[in-house]
Amino acid sequence: MNGVIKKSSPLKAVVGSQVSQDEEMFGRAFDGRVIRRFLSYCKPHTTMLLTAILSVLIFTSTQIAFPLVILYAIDNALVKGKLNEGVLEICAMIFCMLALVNYASNYYQESTVGKIAEGVLVKLRRDMFGHLQRVSLSFMDRTEVGRLMSRLQGDVNALQEFLETSVFAIGDLVLLFGIVTALFVLNVELALLTLSIVPLLFIVRFIWLPRARAAFIKAREANSLANGALAEAIHGVKTVQGMVREDVNSELYNKRAKQNLLAHLRAAKFAQVNVPIVDTLTGTAMAIIIVVGGQQVLRSNLDLGVMVAFIFYVQRFFDPIRSLTLQYSFMQRAMVSGQRILEVLDVPIDVADKRDAIKMEKCDGTVEFSNVTFGYEPELPILKKLNFRINSGETLALVGPTGSGKTSITALINRFYDVWEGSVSIGGYDVRDITQQSLGDHVAMVLQEPFLFTGTILENIRYKKANSDLNAVVSASKAVGAHDFIEALPNGYETILEQRGANLSLGQRQLISFARAIVADAKILILDEATASIDSYTELKIQRALAVLLEGRTGLVIAHRLATIRGCDRIIVLNKGEILEEGTHEELQKNEGLYARLYKLNYASFDDAST
Amino acid sequence: MTKVDTHNSIPEKHDGLSTESRSDQFSKGNKLELKLLLRIIKMGFAHRYRMVIAILATAGASIFQLFIPRYVGDAVDNAQGLLALNNSATTNAEEALFFAAFMIVTLSVARGLLTMLQNYHGEAIGHCIGYELRVAFYDKIQKLSFDFHDKVHTGDLITRGMLDLEGVRMFISTGVVRLAMLIVLVGGATALMITNDILLTFLALSFVPFVAWKSSAARLRLRWLWLLMQDRLGVITRLMEENLNGIRVVRAFTAEKYELKKFDIASANILQTAINRVKVRVGSTTVMSFSFFLAMGFVLWIGGQKVINDEISVGKLAEFLAFMTILQMPVRQIGMLVNSFARASTCGSRLFEIIDRVPNVYDTPNASELTIGEGTLKFENVSFSFTKDNRKVEVLRNINFSVGAGETLGIVGPPGSGKSTVAQLAPRFYDVDSGTIYINDQDIREISIESLRRFVCVIQQDSFLFTASIENNTAYGNPWVDDDEILSANQASQFHEHVDQLPLKYKTLVGERGVSLSGGQRQRLSIARGLVTEPAIIIFDDSTASIDAVTERLIRKNLDESSHTRGTIIISHRLTSLMHAKEILFVDKGEIIERGSHEQLISLKGKYFELYQLQTRSGSNGVSLKKGRADC
Ligand SMILES: Nc1ncnc2c1ncn2[C@@H]1O[C@H](COP(=O)(O)OP(=O)(O)OP(=O)(O)O)[C@@H](O)[C@H]1O
Ligand SMILES: Nc1ncnc2c1ncn2[C@@H]1O[C@H](COP(=O)(O)OP(=O)(O)OP(=O)(O)O)[C@@H](O)[C@H]1O
Ligand SMILES: [Mg+2]
Ligand SMILES: [Mg+2]
Repeated sequence: MNGVIKKSSPLKAVVGSQVSQDEEMFGRAFDGRVIRRFLSYCKPHTTMLLTAILSVLIFTSTQIAFPLVILYAIDNALVKGKLNEGVLEICAMIFCMLALVNYASNYYQESTVGKIAEGVLVKLRRDMFGHLQRVSLSFMDRTEVGRLMSRLQGDVNALQEFLETSVFAIGDLVLLFGIVTALFVLNVELALLTLSIVPLLFIVRFIWLPRARAAFIKAREANSLANGALAEAIHGVKTVQGMVREDVNSELYNKRAKQNLLAHLRAAKFAQVNVPIVDTLTGTAMAIIIVVGGQQVLRSNLDLGVMVAFIFYVQRFFDPIRSLTLQYSFMQRAMVSGQRILEVLDVPIDVADKRDAIKMEKCDGTVEFSNVTFGYEPELPILKKLNFRINSGETLALVGPTGSGKTSITALINRFYDVWEGSVSIGGYDVRDITQQSLGDHVAMVLQEPFLFTGTILENIRYKKANSDLNAVVSASKAVGAHDFIEALPNGYETILEQRGANLSLGQRQLISFARAIVADAKILILDEATASIDSYTELKIQRALAVLLEGRTGLVIAHRLATIRGCDRIIVLNKGEILEEGTHEELQKNEGLYARLYKLNYASFDDAST
Repeated sequence: MTKVDTHNSIPEKHDGLSTESRSDQFSKGNKLELKLLLRIIKMGFAHRYRMVIAILATAGASIFQLFIPRYVGDAVDNAQGLLALNNSATTNAEEALFFAAFMIVTLSVARGLLTMLQNYHGEAIGHCIGYELRVAFYDKIQKLSFDFHDKVHTGDLITRGMLDLEGVRMFISTGVVRLAMLIVLVGGATALMITNDILLTFLALSFVPFVAWKSSAARLRLRWLWLLMQDRLGVITRLMEENLNGIRVVRAFTAEKYELKKFDIASANILQTAINRVKVRVGSTTVMSFSFFLAMGFVLWIGGQKVINDEISVGKLAEFLAFMTILQMPVRQIGMLVNSFARASTCGSRLFEIIDRVPNVYDTPNASELTIGEGTLKFENVSFSFTKDNRKVEVLRNINFSVGAGETLGIVGPPGSGKSTVAQLAPRFYDVDSGTIYINDQDIREISIESLRRFVCVIQQDSFLFTASIENNTAYGNPWVDDDEILSANQASQFHEHVDQLPLKYKTLVGERGVSLSGGQRQRLSIARGLVTEPAIIIFDDSTASIDAVTERLIRKNLDESSHTRGTIIISHRLTSLMHAKEILFVDKGEIIERGSHEQLISLKGKYFELYQLQTRSGSNGVSLKKGRADC
């Protein structure tokens, strides 16, 4: 029955991506030199970094000095029989001075490290973004934007969080060494005894770490799966509602979210089991000091102050260890994130300028395909040994059934992909021999899918030439018949387009993307179904304007509606990646091949109806 | 009944959310903030048993920790006592030392275990809240109607659902639990110390008021910076996301440099805010530490004098100092605490803004199921407008038509004339401003949205495909469909032939939004997806624009076979697609200016006739693309 869902078959539905391991996409870029590479980002800040390190050292020394001052005060001013006049005051004063130095160095160190870190993060993000501007489209086709975004934002954010919560923990690590030194200087024997429990910590970590890490990675993966599903729901929400998939999706998503929850609970357990262990060790260390140290004090082998200092030191010694334990999840995330960021930076650039690429200043507008074979998947060629030439100033029409490879041809002219065999040349140069920038300057294109950016209509139309004046924009809009509707908008050319131009009709979007190509003012103009969503009347107006615009330029027009291509110099009929026919309209009509059939069908139905 | 003028309530700001300027929001922020934080805490209390454990464990851990200095003090005193007595009754004192050591170990173990419980349950509550919010957010996103999604950038929503959610989630573990711990520690320390010496206690805690004042000031600054940061992050997210989505445009226009320039501006803003945030954070935390150490210095000084004057023992002084050491870590963490509060309130407000939002199109309380019967779709005097920059722009005016089962209605018209809008109104993606839409004589606002949309299916003009297999995409509207039906739907839409030659057949992934398909293939897949739901009324919104005439004809033939039980609306620019319709509407600027069958419209010799002529003349009367050149 209409519209009624019968639940006979197993559910064919998923939310979010199926590929759970990003590695499949990015490969293992991790080369074990993560830290070194991150350090190279600090290079521009070397002096700042050095002063910061200096102040960390000063800061650490003050931290170590505090208990020493207390020790000195106890031993020289407070213990019976050793009451020295004025020592206490001096000690207190020194203590406060130390506090001041501590404050100054702390402030300098933390703000400097913070500044450097933020700078490095911003630079990292920029480098990733810049790199993605150059990686090949075949990589981009395979990779969901959401995954890239989660690296550009999520992972950078994770590093940032780590920095905000744990930067001082790193300073504390330096402190660890300072404390160990101080302990040994004060009393070697007691120091050895106290620290004898530390190896235990390593053993515990050794057993615990691999398990914990597995749990963390799992949690992170569950998280990224859940986020992927959320992103999908947000992007496809209109389809979800149109297809009434809300309930099914909610149920599936609930499952994902629950898995995510369980994975995180497990990871949290792992993060926390360390806490009692560290605390027990702290307590044990203190107990050792009290028992052993106390007995030594008793036998007058040890000053009381030293014992007190030891107690303070031991407390401070385990503090950073404890806080590192508490922040283990941040750390773990930061490590994983750092690696994921490097992976993006390491994506190879398949389509790159040659070392000696030529900057093509002038282009006569010829386009030539010789023996081009190309496909997206190995073993599945889409274009097969294609040969054709568009002469300077000529307008060529490309027709053919859907999926025959028309759009792929335009992609090759732009060198979005490199051919498998043969060559594509423009203005006499192989596209692989010229810089991509200069290639782009000579080719303008209306893509089959009119993608617009958030921003004003004006910004969108002069996308290629950001400083072209309003007149150029207006005349381009007039040429494509967009001017009238733009003017009718409340803010005219300053109207802000929502994402992808959602507040315009599809035809209007197409017109703007058309105007955008015209403003680009290139020698070669490619129109891929540029008027598919536009009525014939408007199209006619566009064609009139185009007649002027194409003067002296080379054109490549792709269309299914054959009326669109009338007036082209030559027509190529493509089928399954091969040229089937080539010639003028009349020649092809006579041929009685695919073109003639398409042509007849374009009009035959009218005949059916009117007879 | 119909909703009351909800359009006016749509904020005019570009991101479609948060109408008020940031400073406005900020000025009345305090009360709101409290409410918000309480709301999060209340969500935490819903997990009663975890919350009780967390609180008890926090209190227990802090108290145990507080007793440790006492035994340290005892031990020091004992050791010193032994010194003073010198070697006579050592066993007694040694026993005391052992006892102190034993107590310290016991307390440490107990404290460790309780801290573990405290942290684990604190975090677990956070994760549970995160889970609840996640699901609520997801459900709300799915429910919010088109008018909302038109205005809100997907990047913005994703940031809220991912990053802001984290901020709220972590509030329990990094904010609430820590704050509780701090309070218990400081309170407990006060209680314990005050029995020893009042003056020293005051000195030891003299830093607390300063820290409280400083941190609340920092919290305000930080909250403001978080808001700013969130905005700026939003900008850069949008920028990057669009760049990646529109990568073909970026590449085709070699606009990488331009894009990087935009990025750099956004990035510089972020860097500046981030550095400001570092300054505020570091400025406040370091000065807090400083005040703490000063207090410690005073304790040493005054306490030392007291020892000299024999008012207290050295052990007591050591105890005071040990107390302070215990407080050192939490004091250092106040920075994080403050950050957590600031973050939770900004993130929370952004998250709850969505979760609390009421969709503008919703079921009436007693919405009934649609009964399809004859299945006639009828528009009666329908007018509709979009809100643009707070102004209403009328898009449809007084539209009247009806389509019965087995009938076909065609709609033509120039771009932007309102054809797609008609298609969006039928399944109630938007509500009409005036007039009524009926299906089988039931006002669509009075039947449940779910049943309505099951019967009315729109094949959208720009089809959205999911990053899934062809099979799952086809079955999107009816995931329980069996393989045969998937096959026959794809055969009907002429897509099967292509699928069949793919190595993985129906299991082939189509890439994001279907990038690995050609334009026409995407359209055919989305037609198949619509057919699978077997709707009673199907609307093709220009959904064969990228399909060649031969293929289209085949599709149409296949569809004709099943169309006598369903109502069909075809929107197209190609007259051959819809000329067989019973009635054709010519829409211009939101009004029907011509209507009738193909023959009637031809004989009318109006706009439709003009189109007809343009599409039938084989070019000889058309224009040439080249001035002065012969037509082809
Ligand atoms: N990015 C891609 N990855 C994998 N396969 C692709 C990709 N883009 C296109 N294809 C496949 O290549 C073939 C040719 O696609 P192309 O887009 O060139 O067709 P077209 O002639 O433009 O069709 P249409 O008229 O429908 O737009 C199709 O079978 C399509 O599935
Ligand atoms: N979400 C929106 N918000 C604001 N205005 C909109 C929105 N969607 C469409 N419009 C406007 O409403 C008018 C009608 O748009 P609609 O999409 O119905 O046109 P259409 O007839 O389908 O055009 P096309 O043939 O180009 O698809 C247009 O002027 C368009 O700019
Ligand atoms: Mg194409
Ligand atoms: Mg439309």
